[in-house]
This record gives sequence, structure tokens and C-alpha cells, in this order.
Amino acid sequence: MRGSGFKASHAGSHVMLLATSLLMLYPVFWWLGASLKKNSEMSLPTIWPEQPMWENFTKGWNFSAEYSFTTFFKNTLAMEFWNVLGAIITSALVAYGFGRLQFKLRGFWFSILLLTMMLPGQVTIVPQYIMYNNLGLVNSYIPLILPHFLGGGAFFVFLLVQFIRGIPRELDEAAKIDGASVYGIFLRVIFPLIKPALVTVAIFTFIWSWDDFFGQVLYLSSIEKYTVGLGLRMFVDQFEIQWGQLLAMSLLSILPSVIVFFAAQKHFVEGIATTGIKG
Amino acid sequence: MNPQASAQRGSFRHRLVRKKRMANSNEHNAAGYLFIAPWLIGFFLLTLWPIVRSFYLSFTEYSLLEDPTWVGLGNYSEILFKDELFRTSLGVTFTFVVFSVPVKLFCSLMVAMALNKSIRGINFYRTAIYFPSLIGGSIAVSVLWRNMFDLNGYINHVLGWFHIKGVGWLTNPDTSLGTLVLLNAWQFGSTMVIFLAGLKQIPQDLYESAAVDGAGKVRRFFNITLPMLSPVMFFNLVLGVIGSFQMFTSAFVITNGGPVNSTYMYALFLFEKAFKNYQMGYASALAWILLVIIAALTAINFLMSKYWVFYESEGGRAK
Repeated sequence: MRGSGFKASHAGSHVMLLATSLLMLYPVFWWLGASLKKNSEMSLPTIWPEQPMWENFTKGWNFSAEYSFTTFFKNTLAMEFWNVLGAIITSALVAYGFGRLQFKLRGFWFSILLLTMMLPGQVTIVPQYIMYNNLGLVNSYIPLILPHFLGGGAFFVFLLVQFIRGIPRELDEAAKIDGASVYGIFLRVIFPLIKPALVTVAIFTFIWSWDDFFGQVLYLSSIEKYTVGLGLRMFVDQFEIQWGQLLAMSLLSILPSVIVFFAAQKHFVEGIATTGIKG
Repeated sequence: MNPQASAQRGSFRHRLVRKKRMANSNEHNAAGYLFIAPWLIGFFLLTLWPIVRSFYLSFTEYSLLEDPTWVGLGNYSEILFKDELFRTSLGVTFTFVVFSVPVKLFCSLMVAMALNKSIRGINFYRTAIYFPSLIGGSIAVSVLWRNMFDLNGYINHVLGWFHIKGVGWLTNPDTSLGTLVLLNAWQFGSTMVIFLAGLKQIPQDLYESAAVDGAGKVRRFFNITLPMLSPVMFFNLVLGVIGSFQMFTSAFVITNGGPVNSTYMYALFLFEKAFKNYQMGYASALAWILLVIIAALTAINFLMSKYWVFYESEGGRAK
């Protein structure tokens, strides 16, 4: 396979990959153009409209009389700030505990952690909702933010534990000889070394919270607290849909995730691979 | 491991005068629990307690306004023997899983194989193909999909060139579920990345010696790639089934379960029972039935895996 005669197979691969990439990306390109189209042009597969309607963006941004997307973006980004912060700090702490420290029942708790990854969220969602409702926390961001401060999700802890296990223990022991406690080792040795993996945690947390439509629908009910996703949903539910404006706003709504993705693309793809395979 | 760390490792080594690891295996009890405390609190508060509570609620009637009333197996017998919607939504969800999981596995494996070569532009392709998975879960893409597959959408316009008369893909009960399967299949990127990582771990000498023995491309695929990749395939299969069973956003936003309940997914059914009708007990029973189904399917997958998943460490070649 890796001998001679494998140049020719490359041409075939290129054709296939290029075709696949185009097929995958065509809806996205079409979307870019459609965001500038009039309703009458919407059904055409052509990408660029005859006359770009830039006001799709301005009108769409202010589609609702009361609140514009400025509010929705502000809300979502503020929530994201806490989510990412919580996930980074607490997943690192928990992963260090599991990855490096010896304590009673460690193996037991770690298998529980792995099991929770398989648990369908539907089983816990009803009692969680009832709990938040009793505490008067429905229609606040707390139910959406709190889980990120409680380990940030089993998936991330697992990812970081795998990463920490790859760090040579000699580093810990050298620091110990220099008088560092387990806390010192975490702060001065492990935390700096797992930064690349923490970038992955941050990106995933950002994108997944952005897309966590289920949670947002459930816990946010007043419009002034709406996220971008909920704002879009309100837009879809309008009597007569202005598709151009709607697609323009949808496009803007994925922009933050796309920027985050391209800013740290290398970590991102490697992060998935690490979790999936190393075991 | 990054280079900086390896360098540090080297310089530290001479200082480690054969320091033995502590014999006591539980030396950090307090610190250990302190570090995992955030997760542990979350586990008790947001997972374990809700599980127990959900199990209890599934035997009650509860509307949030009054205290739960015990109804014994009432919810379960109602769901299993009377509720038409339960059967419909289960059927829809099974159909969705049966089509979307294999399609996704097949597409992602083919593309991963094509990408597993040292060719130019690999990063471009990988990003392009991964991109839909990045944005696919968002409500924005659901909006896009709804527009593209409209009766007057651009998909039908393109079909018109080939003199095919399209339907309103999402408003026709025969095609609506298929359109959602397609949307799901479009997002095969993360499955593909996992396959790609698996492919990279297959030792190249296997292929070389097979080629020496005169095995063609097809035989090498079936006799080397597939067996060596089967654990990864298994991982993707299990996660794919679990994930598809809980599909929610697209059914909620694009079709809202319709037309004629043709896309009425189980997760949507459960959501409506709980948060539209406020039948918390009934919804909890639905959740437990879902859990049992997913557990059973996962168990079946594990049992079946004996026959097709090949683990190198057991009976495979020695390293």
C-alpha cells in the first residue's frame, strides 16, 4: 500500500475527497448567498443573488420590536464565559484527582464516572427540572451554568485523565523532592502541562453550550434572557417567515463557534481523536 | 508529550536518586477527595439523586402543582398497552436509528480511508468534511435544512433539471424522516475523525506482508483493515445508537414531530409529556423505558461484538 504505484491512487483519492468536500460544503456556501437573497430568489441553487440584500442582516438583527439580537448575543456570551471558566477549572481539578492521586475507592468512582457518560439525559432531566423549580431557579442561567462548575462533564474529565496519564511521573516526583505538596504539583507541574488539552475542553464546552438547545428551551422563558438559539426559534415561529433575514441571522449565530473552531482547529480535531482512541 | 516537558524530564532525572514510590496505595485520601469533590457533588446532586427520584416519580402522577400521588404500575401499563403515541414514537425512533447509524458509519469509514494517506491538502479536506459536524447540532442548521428541503426549496429546483418532480420533503410523511436521516448523516465528521485515528494505529507491515503474499486491495480491506478496525467500529456503533436514540433538536425545530407524527421521535414525545403537559410521572416512566431499551441494545451490541470485534491483545499477534 505504501510502496510504488501509489501515486496513481492519489489522483483517485483527490477526486473523491474533493467531491465529498464540495458536497459537504455546498449547503454552507448556498447559505452564505441565501442570506442576501430576496424571498423570490430563495429556491434557486445559484449561490450569489442578483442584488445582494444587505438589509437582511440589519432587519433580521432587529426583527423583534422589543429585543434585538444584541441582547441575545450578550446573554449567550455571558453564559458561555461562566461555562468555559467552570469547565476548565473544575475538570482539571477532578482529572488530577483521578489521574494522579491514590485514594480509597478511586477505581470505583472512576468507573461510575465512565458509566454516567452512557446515561441518557432524559432520565435525570425531569427531577432536575423539579429541583430547580422548587429552588426558584427556573428562568435563570444557574441550571445551565452550574453543571460546568461541577466537573464540567464526565467526557472532559475522561479526556484530561487520559492526557495526565501521559505525563511522566518523574516530573511529579522531582517536584515532590523540591518540597511541593500535591497541591503544588497540580499548580506548578500538571496544570501548565495540560494546557493543550484544556484548550480542547474550552472549545467543546463553548460549542456544545452554544448548541444546547434542549437546556435553553427548558430553563429560559422570558425573552430578555433568551440566548441566540432561542431568539432564532422565536424568529422561525413568526407568522410569515422572512427566509432571507432568518438565514442571515442563523449564519451569524454559528459565527462564534466557527471562529473558535478555526482559532484552535488543531487542538480540536486531536482532542476528539485522543478521547476516542487512547484507552 | 510536548518537547518542553521531555526536556524537563531529562534534567530532572539525575536528581531522582532512585526514589521509591510510596508503598501505601491510599496516601492521598483527603486530597484525592478534595480534588474530585466538584464532580462528586455534581454526581450526587445532578445524577444519582435525580435517578432515584425519577424512578420513584415513574410510579406516581405528578403535575408540579400538587404532591405526587402513587399510582403503582399505572403509568407503565398505560404506556405499554394503551398509548398509541408511545408505539408511534418508538417506531419512528427505531427506523431513524436503523437507517442513520449504518449510513453514518459507512460514509465516515469510506472518507476516513481516503483521508488516511499522506496526500497534499489533507488538512483542508479534513476540515471541510468535519465542518458540518461542527455546526450541525445548532438550531441554525435546522433552519437551513427546513428551507433547502421546502417544496420550493433549492433541492427541488436542482431535481427539476433532471426532470424529477420533487415533493415537500419535510411536509410529506413518506420523506420527512428520511430527510432528517440525511441531515444526521451529513454530520459524520466526528465519527470519521475517530475512524481516522483508528486507521493510523494499524501497523503498516501487515499491509506490506499481505501485499507480498499477493493480496489485492479488496482482500486487504476485508482481512486487515476491517478486523483491525473493529474495536473502533464497535465504539462508534455503540455511541451512534445511544446518540440517535436521543435525537431531539432537529425533530423539534424542523418538523415538530409532524407531518402525521412521521418524525415524532421518542425524545420529543418525552419532552412534550413532561414540559408541555406537565405529566412528570408519566414522563419519568417514559425515561425509564428509554433507559431499559438503550441498556438492552448496548448489551446486545456487546454480546454480538464477540463474533465480529477483534482485539489484538487476545489471540491477535504478539507485539
